[in-house]
Amino acid sequence: MPLTLTKPMAKTSKKISSHERPNKIDVLEITNLHANIGELKILNGINLTIRSNEIHAIMGPNGSGKSTLCNVLMGHPKYEVTKGSAKFNGKEILELEPNERAHLGLFLGFQNPLEISGVSMGSFLRLARNLNLKANGETKQISPMEFMPMLKGTANLLKMDEKFITRSVNEGFSGGEKKRAEIVQMAVLQPKIAMLDEIDSGLDIDALKIVAEGIVETFKKNGMGILLITHYQRLLNYITPDFVHIMAKGKIIQSGDKKLAKELEKNGYEKILKNIK
Amino acid sequence: MAVPVSTQNLVKNTLDNYKFGFKTKNKAIFKTPQGGLTREIVESISNRKKEPKWMLDYRLKALEIFEKKAMPKWGGDLSGINFEKIHYYLQPQDKPKTDWNDVPLDIKNTFEKLGIPEAERKFLAGTGAQFESEMIYHSLQKNLTKKGVIFESTDVALQKYPELFKQYFGKVIPAHDNKFSALNSAVWSGGSFIYVPKNVHIELPLQAYFRINAENMGQFERTLIIADEGSSVHYVEGCTAPTYSTDSLHSAVVEIIVKKGARVQYTTIQNWSTNVYNLVTKRAFAYRDAEMFWLDCNLGSKLTMKYPAIFLMEPGARGEVQSLAFANTNQHQDAGAKIVHNAPNTTSKIVAKSISKGSGRSTYRGLLKVSKGAKNIKSHVSCDALLLDGASRSDTYPTMQIEESEVTIAHEATVSKIGEEQLFYLMSRGLTEEEAASAIVNGFAKPIIKQLPMEYALELNRLIELEMTGSVG
Repeated sequence: MPLTLTKPMAKTSKKISSHERPNKIDVLEITNLHANIGELKILNGINLTIRSNEIHAIMGPNGSGKSTLCNVLMGHPKYEVTKGSAKFNGKEILELEPNERAHLGLFLGFQNPLEISGVSMGSFLRLARNLNLKANGETKQISPMEFMPMLKGTANLLKMDEKFITRSVNEGFSGGEKKRAEIVQMAVLQPKIAMLDEIDSGLDIDALKIVAEGIVETFKKNGMGILLITHYQRLLNYITPDFVHIMAKGKIIQSGDKKLAKELEKNGYEKILKNIK
Repeated sequence: MAVPVSTQNLVKNTLDNYKFGFKTKNKAIFKTPQGGLTREIVESISNRKKEPKWMLDYRLKALEIFEKKAMPKWGGDLSGINFEKIHYYLQPQDKPKTDWNDVPLDIKNTFEKLGIPEAERKFLAGTGAQFESEMIYHSLQKNLTKKGVIFESTDVALQKYPELFKQYFGKVIPAHDNKFSALNSAVWSGGSFIYVPKNVHIELPLQAYFRINAENMGQFERTLIIADEGSSVHYVEGCTAPTYSTDSLHSAVVEIIVKKGARVQYTTIQNWSTNVYNLVTKRAFAYRDAEMFWLDCNLGSKLTMKYPAIFLMEPGARGEVQSLAFANTNQHQDAGAKIVHNAPNTTSKIVAKSISKGSGRSTYRGLLKVSKGAKNIKSHVSCDALLLDGASRSDTYPTMQIEESEVTIAHEATVSKIGEEQLFYLMSRGLTEEEAASAIVNGFAKPIIKQLPMEYALELNRLIELEMTGSVG
């Protein structure tokens, strides 16, 4: 059953331009999405719509398909979409390469960010930013002189040592640094819809606060839509979601507001899953 | 993600991308006939060069050794080499020039296309250019000549500095070292001879560029570098060839003597076309507190077998070999390093990195030897292999012969495959699959590339990017 969401969607036919946000509302509309890995069915009909200025949280037990949903939406080659659609501002994205989805404005914050030896974070992010700008018809490229101060500012926001800019992508980063670096990337790449896959896992309480504040700051500034994947309610103490969805066996089985997360925290998944059945 | 490009396409891309594959029409003024290597051929080379008797004798002795020695069976596949078909000596002009204007136009144009005269103007202290069997150009900055630096074609050096020459020639790598050092010793021609006097530091690199142009060519240059006490020099060699359907052979011998407190860096950017067998013997002797550094980058050739060696002869000597190999379709890079600690308090380091793509094969073959009595040795060996697809291959054969107990030796080896996850991660940020793979490869090679002078680093990055176009499998 498709979810009915309460926030109004602004209709506009204007061409997308990053400078015109946040007036423009972007929409990611997922309909009856099914996906497999090999023979194994993982997503069994996901319906979800995410718009600019909305924070959605998806919660659910291990193996419910939360991470798969993010990966499928970003275009991971391991998964096969067997049915359904995902449209970004009306355009079907499921046939696109991951980089093309990134150029449209999708972002995935990884649960386990990969290490890329010898590639500096600073030059990599500038390349990525410029490729995104170019794909969106921007002829001007950002020079290192413009880019590096911006990156430093963002790093400071996430309380990261500025040296991370010259270090290899995620190489030798602690678990917490990797997660903070994902948020720095999100802030710099300015996506329209950001999916954050267990961004809170492996963080101590201080790091969790820093990461959450970074997300909230970027959200306030850019007004993108956010999809938070999380196991635990504790992240939601710092980021107030507009919508909370509970996922089990590849489906969203219940949606509500932030109270649902509290309820889940109190009663655990077992009870909710039982009640649904 | 992109559909894997078929092997056929990869081969085509590689050949198309090899921008050094052009041929120059050049009529040799003398060449030895095909039909196998004979005593007559060796004599005609020596006579043509008006060599002293001892050199002719040396060559003929080497020929006997070459004929006796069996083909090495332990490395790459050498069965495609046909000694009957090779032209062992091909002379493109009468003698080396010191002014590009005197070089025959067709040959000069070849080196213009390769950017050599331009590089010389911009950042070199001296330049040599070999076309087929002969150095056609050799020049050194005047201030260095005044300081007593010698930088000549090896043939010229034999005539001009007979005593110095005889004192060092063949002392580091004797003819009987291996089959191909014997072959080189019998038919050697061209190469660079360098002598750096005591306490002279040559700030800018000296460069030699080796170009094979003719089909079925054998190029056997001989390089000898002597860095006298407290001196330093950086020598760079580059090599390319046209793409032919038949195979060519490049078999050089490079001997280096690094005296007390001296430093020699020898940098290679080998980019032969994929029809060249590249079988090279390179060895340096480093004496008290001396330092030898081989920086060896191998991109081209059909098969390369090359293991730059350093013999640490006296206390305080230091040796380092850093290498990068890129094996693309139909290529085998069998490369590595040899370090022999013959004295106490010597240190060494080997860093070997290889990239294999499109069914290409790379092999690390290394020897670390510590002789009896060589106490307090420190050595660090690391080899990393990166495979770009499932069809590519990497092998590691590290050999250690340690005859002394007071040694500190570290050895690490890694093999990694460019993972779907890494590619996906970079693509999710907006890079295409090709851009992502290039970024990973460049990042992998960076520790080696950053050791190169800037101009060469840019060139090598560009060459790797060329190898990377045509997608990953």
